[in-house]
Amino acid sequence: MTAARIAGPLVSVSVPPLEIPALVLPALVDTLVMVGIVMSIVVLLGVPLGALVHNLAPGGLVENAALHRPLSAVISIGRSLPFLILMASIMPFTRLITGTNIGIAAAVVPMAIAGIAFFTRIVENSLRGVPADLVRVSRAAGASPLQIVRTVQLGEAVPSIIGGLTINTIAMIEYSAIAGTIGAGGIGYVAVTYGYQRFDHGVMVATILTLVALVALVQFAGDRLVRVATPRARITRATTPRSIPA
Amino acid sequence: MIKIDRLTKRYGDPETGPLVLDSLSLQVATREIAAVVGPSGAGKSTLAQCTTLLERPTSGSIVVNGDELTGLGARELRLARRRIGTIFQSDGLLSRRTAAQNIALPLEYLGVTKAGVRARVGELLDRVGLLDRAHHYPHELSGGQRQRVGIARALALRPTVLLSDEATSGLDPDSTASIVALLAELRDELDLSILFITHEMETVLAVADTVARLDRGRIVESGALVDLLRDPDSELGATLRPHRAAQQAGAGEAPWRVQYGEDGVPADWLSVLAAELGSPVSLLGASIETVHGRVVGHATIGLRATDAPLTVAALRRLGLEGVPVSQPTAAPARARALETAS
Ligand SMILES: Nc1ncnc2c1ncn2[C@@H]1O[C@H](COP(=O)(O)OP(=O)(O)OP(=O)(O)O)[C@@H](O)[C@H]1O
Ligand SMILES: [Mg+2]
Repeated sequence: MTAARIAGPLVSVSVPPLEIPALVLPALVDTLVMVGIVMSIVVLLGVPLGALVHNLAPGGLVENAALHRPLSAVISIGRSLPFLILMASIMPFTRLITGTNIGIAAAVVPMAIAGIAFFTRIVENSLRGVPADLVRVSRAAGASPLQIVRTVQLGEAVPSIIGGLTINTIAMIEYSAIAGTIGAGGIGYVAVTYGYQRFDHGVMVATILTLVALVALVQFAGDRLVRVATPRARITRATTPRSIPA
Repeated sequence: MIKIDRLTKRYGDPETGPLVLDSLSLQVATREIAAVVGPSGAGKSTLAQCTTLLERPTSGSIVVNGDELTGLGARELRLARRRIGTIFQSDGLLSRRTAAQNIALPLEYLGVTKAGVRARVGELLDRVGLLDRAHHYPHELSGGQRQRVGIARALALRPTVLLSDEATSGLDPDSTASIVALLAELRDELDLSILFITHEMETVLAVADTVARLDRGRIVESGALVDLLRDPDSELGATLRPHRAAQQAGAGEAPWRVQYGEDGVPADWLSVLAAELGSPVSLLGASIETVHGRVVGHATIGLRATDAPLTVAALRRLGLEGVPVSQPTAAPARARALETAS
């Protein structure tokens, strides 16, 4: 039914308000699937990459300028290309991997690449915030570089990385909308085909509200997770009674 | 036991980098607490870091427990480090781990089983008096308690050598005293060699067997604490002795600084001295204390007699060492020399 509507004649026939959910909700599911797959890949690769870049840098655990410079440059390129251009420029690569130019599968590849570059920098930045003292203490205790990365660097940076993950997820929701314009499906696709090409204000408003709600929900969940992951921010036990003014 | 021989450290370029440690030699025997004092920037922390090779020495040798550390590869070095406990000024606790989990960290690195970790952590918490704080996070502990967690963590792998870099600075006097007492007890129980870096002279007096004064990367004075305290010429001894304001010498009197040189100084030494010199002796200030079971006394006295060699000899016969001072609160000779130079 959705497909028939999309394929229908290009006249300004608005979707009846009661039918908007049937149009937007499946699109929302597509967006969630897309962002979910992308973020899984991003976390799986971005965390180790971020830790690697951080520790190859001068002063890192496995300091190595010859490896750090090219790796950092590649990430910077990934970060600096506007998503639309990145998406278009890697189309052949995308087809090679997924066998298609359109749809969720095709959108996931450029989104993951942009997302990994983004998240690598976020992780690197979070690790930079971990005091050097803590690393030194663990080195003195005989820890291997990998043990230090796991327990000290990533361990201490968890709240900061979760905060970054929230930002990254929201950016990916945005990218999914951009990917929607080349037929990747999802909310962005609905917004473009109905709201933009057919001037259907009802659908436009519905997609905007859905996106705003989705982003707000992600932000809320992210903030909650950060609090849970930060002992200092948790209300654990009443160790110090409130001071009584004299 | 720690044996550092002609340790030189330049940061950055090994030829032209700033010289922070200059051919420094130092030994810490088993069951010994060796204090290292010195002004800020003297190189104390650098010395501690070089001792575990957290900073690589530019040259020189570092032998800990018989292993020459400078020759070890990354893997063997990690093994060697496990036998060296380190306590830092910043407690270095991970903020997202409880006290118990922080203490467990070195054991986890070593791959100790869960049950083994639990048992050992319990022992350590008990030893540092924090059993009731096991599940508290660092921000829920006081500075002194955090430092105790740091000590427990440093002891987790049963090291024979402990490095303590300003472990008590920033703590209140009570916490400092209890941390210092804990270290002394641990030395006795575990036969530790402790390299104790501090800038607090009271803690040196409380705990050190030997003291070395580091200045601009060199040890400028060192020795057994008691000897330094009893040596009237020792600058370090003078800094370590608690300063008591002495009265000004009266007209016609020359002030002298007097130290116990050996045990068994007669209680009425002032009157004996006056009799020997044939002129009155006035007491301007004095203090006596016991350091490591030995009496360390010092006094400022006013003398009318003018023959210095005769006075020194008379004091010696009483078991005392004395020197005339130009002013009761004489600035150390080197500081004066610096003033004239600038
Ligand atoms: N990583 C480093 N790179 C370059 N120079 C350093 C480094 N660490 C220390 N220094 C320099 O080495 C000198 C000695 O520093 P160090 O930290 O060992 O002094 P310190 O005696 O511990 O001082 P404080 O009492 O203030 O802790 C200082 O001049 C310092 O600026
Ligand atoms: Mg220091």
